[in-house]
Amino acid sequence: MPTDIANMVKVFERPASLTGARFTYCPGCSHGVITRIIGQTLDELGIAERTIGLAPVGCSVFAYLWYKCDALQVAHGRASAVATGVKRARPESIVFSYQGDGDFASIGTAESIHAANRGENITVIFVNNQIYGMTGGELAPTTLVDQKTSTTPDGRDPTLFGYPIRFSEVIAQLDAPAYITRQALYDTKRINDTTAAIKKAFEYQVEGKGYSLVEILSTCPTNWRMTPLQSNEHVENVVTEVFPLGDLIDRG
Amino acid sequence: MGERLLLRGNEVIAEAAIRAGCECYFAYPITPQAELLEHMARHMPRLGRTFVQAESEIGAISMVYGAASTGVRTMTSSSSPGISLKQEGISYLAGSNLPAVIVNVVRGGPGLGNIAPSQCDYFQATKGGGHGDYRMIVLGPSTVPEAGELTILAFDLADKYRIPVMILADGLLGQMMEPVELPEPVDLESLPAKDWAATGAEGRDPNIILSFDLGPENLKQMNLVLQEKYREIVNNEVRYEESDSQDADIVIAAHGTIARIAKSVVRMARAEGIKLGLFRPITLWPYPYEPLRALADRVDTVLTVEMSAGQMWEDVRLAVAERAKTPFYGEMGGVVPTPLTILNEVRKHAN
Amino acid sequence: MPRGTVVIDAERCKGCGLCIAACPQKVLAFSGTLNKSGYNVAHMERPEACIGCAFCAMTCPDIAIEVYREKVPT
Repeated sequence: MPTDIANMVKVFERPASLTGARFTYCPGCSHGVITRIIGQTLDELGIAERTIGLAPVGCSVFAYLWYKCDALQVAHGRASAVATGVKRARPESIVFSYQGDGDFASIGTAESIHAANRGENITVIFVNNQIYGMTGGELAPTTLVDQKTSTTPDGRDPTLFGYPIRFSEVIAQLDAPAYITRQALYDTKRINDTTAAIKKAFEYQVEGKGYSLVEILSTCPTNWRMTPLQSNEHVENVVTEVFPLGDLIDRG
Repeated sequence: MGERLLLRGNEVIAEAAIRAGCECYFAYPITPQAELLEHMARHMPRLGRTFVQAESEIGAISMVYGAASTGVRTMTSSSSPGISLKQEGISYLAGSNLPAVIVNVVRGGPGLGNIAPSQCDYFQATKGGGHGDYRMIVLGPSTVPEAGELTILAFDLADKYRIPVMILADGLLGQMMEPVELPEPVDLESLPAKDWAATGAEGRDPNIILSFDLGPENLKQMNLVLQEKYREIVNNEVRYEESDSQDADIVIAAHGTIARIAKSVVRMARAEGIKLGLFRPITLWPYPYEPLRALADRVDTVLTVEMSAGQMWEDVRLAVAERAKTPFYGEMGGVVPTPLTILNEVRKHAN
Repeated sequence: MPRGTVVIDAERCKGCGLCIAACPQKVLAFSGTLNKSGYNVAHMERPEACIGCAFCAMTCPDIAIEVYREKVPT
């Protein structure tokens, strides 16, 4: 019990690079874990004071509130282009964009692919939860076949809506990117893997190796109509069948 | 002063931007402003500055948003259809109080239109082409040398007010060659520091660049700050040129290339005894309503001439407020009125 | 096994239960107590079993858990 704390060492606490602001996410949502890992990475690499973070549109629109670093809130889909502008203007800064699947792989398709193709020395955190969370659970480019969303109430029919796009694989066709990986958070091993991947992505940027992309299979318990635990099981058993985990490119 | 060179309008704008200290330029090719992009492509990298040919106009304006957020001087350029694509980014720049320069070398529209000179983007530029209650300063050069001068002014005003500034040129001005004397480069170290910029939060609280607040009262406050800034600009930055107006019965109200043509018309009209003058807004926003109204009290007729269906005409009528007659003559589709066609219009309204 | 303990910030906890599932020692459980936001917060049901592995904290989406571990004699 806490009475023993005096004789113990603290082995886990809130990363120093994060503010104390409470997350606005639903219970069990993956965004908080990813944010914590990014904060921990900024701590470990000692780069928070030269980092500029880009917050997207969607549930993570408030991402500029979470980090003790300079931040921009940017237009839906444009984060990779904005990151290009930031990094070219201030090459000594560390720039990361935080983008959902609709942002990165639908409305921002052109900006995402071309920033990667130019090999911009930036880090993209691509949160793939297969749904539009904030607007009410609509079809995403990554929504699974037959998955019900508020705009595919009978399930995603691929003859009408196409198939879930494996966007990291699309970008992995390019010559420029240094690191592209897909990770998940459904158990502590995957959380450790994601932590290592995010750290590597930032390290590559610090070392000037170029573009890095960490796709993270995430949950949206609210719009999936599942409990947080069921959501994790769904990622492990169903989503990873469509979006396999692992490194796609590592040119470090 | 600087050297004297024979350059196209597009090249002069590019070179003036470089001398104004533009550190990052992002654009996508489109006629009739390609020379601007190409000049920047040749010269920016040699100076150790940033040139990126973006994937699209949306990409380019988003890169401008990023660079502007870090406090460097930054610019994009395009022509009408490309400027339509940039409207999202311009609204975000305005909402986030970011300084940037946007050049529109206007061509015939709507839709794909053509690549001939036009002034048909006046509404889009001066009335807010994107979403939200915002304004941007719009400068309308009339000659190639003035295009250079106003480009430098654009960077200064953008920084001073933390606002996007547009150079509204047209295809004729962009393509025309004239001798120009380029100014000495601005000493970047002499510019005021931008303590609001996102440069890394070492030793200070984070700087956050945003145009967003979920709370209506907060967003209202952000809007009120913008409106206060716009009032300050209206009070301080109106620019215009008035010529041959002291004894005039008729004045032509025209901007940009048409104002230049109108100067020839004034000479021709006066040679045949018509007392014609010229009123030329240089800031298309803020529009010189007050000076034009004062002028309207002294003349019978304010004839608006434009390469559009009558877009600036609306501002002229707002300014004149029925103090004088306000006929209109315009051409569309890239047709450039000749001095003689304009003179014929003037003759219709001469006593 | 070293002994450990956790401190749960009850006001940050959203009662998602992921920490409970992640705990290999079955230390954690829903407390039945609602916080100000109305969430049924997690607590240490079997504190004596905690080994300070931090799996719960790694899993927590709201960074509501701090973890302490016994100093291992060197």
